[in-house]
Amino acid sequence: MVASIASPWPWYLAGPVIGLFVPALLILGNKMFGVSSNLRHLCSAILPGKLDYFRYDWKRTGLWNLLFVAGILVGGFLASHWEGTQYVAISGQTRFALTRLGIHDFFGLAPRELFTWSALLTLKGFVCVILGGFLVGFGTAYAGGCTSGHAISGLADLQLSSLIAVVGFFAGGLVATYFILPLLF
Amino acid sequence: MSTELSCEQPTEQARSQIGIGLLAYFLLGIGFGITLTKSEVISWFRIQEMFRFQSPRMYEIIGSAVVVAAISVALIKKLGLKTVSGEPITIPPKNLGHGIRYAVGGTIFGLGWALTGACPAPLFALLGNGVTVMIVAIGSALAGTWLYGFLRPKLPH
Repeated sequence: MVASIASPWPWYLAGPVIGLFVPALLILGNKMFGVSSNLRHLCSAILPGKLDYFRYDWKRTGLWNLLFVAGILVGGFLASHWEGTQYVAISGQTRFALTRLGIHDFFGLAPRELFTWSALLTLKGFVCVILGGFLVGFGTAYAGGCTSGHAISGLADLQLSSLIAVVGFFAGGLVATYFILPLLF
Repeated sequence: MSTELSCEQPTEQARSQIGIGLLAYFLLGIGFGITLTKSEVISWFRIQEMFRFQSPRMYEIIGSAVVVAAISVALIKKLGLKTVSGEPITIPPKNLGHGIRYAVGGTIFGLGWALTGACPAPLFALLGNGVTVMIVAIGSALAGTWLYGFLRPKLPH
């Protein structure tokens, strides 16, 4: 039992548990599940400047969500010490495609050839970490939500705007996967 | 004894209630961080597998999450459920407008999602998992959000 909880969760456990965070937050305090707004709250707290977009009471609006995100960080830490991920069991096809791309280290959650401090100084590390992070921040702010806010909360509430956003997520993801990543290796 | 205290110090009691409420969000966040890690959805490898359509796993996870969330939201609306403190639950509709912000913003985010292999919640979960360089990705995500705030008046929505 302990082993089955500790090993990677099957999709039929992972998906429903993720989905239950939507009603949990609504019932706890009428809050919409959505993580990217924390980037806005942090900007508002750190460097609001004279921009209307950041001039609001972030503590009142977003303190709950910032604590939720702090919990995500702690949860990640706890889970990694519980039984850290050794190798993610991706399909053989993906492993083959990534090897052809130029990834050789499959240990851990993310390839160390891209996601280490020393890799930041390489083109591929810079693009994946710094440019990628920048696009995540700009894109989610522009779209008004990320995977949690649009793909899960928004689709669950049958919002057309969220469906458009999710189509965009995939359009962008496919372009990056098939056209940008191959340029980096 | 406790009644006496609360009568004398109503503000302090209210404050401690807010504190307990905030603690609940932190604990839920811990649960979410564990869920994201144990389901491997924060893995760059899994995101690549998804965008290459080489395993149904990510689609099964996201799909079943949406179904469970949708049924829950429908039930909450139908039963008129209230929050634990008795407030009504309201879900504000998103303003569709021209839809440009969703299509363009969504596409820009998708580019970043495939490159970093992480959306905002996983950025923090990965940091907790010891992928410390993700603090740089979070920093540049903040820069991206800030630039949006700066350009917002000029962007089509």
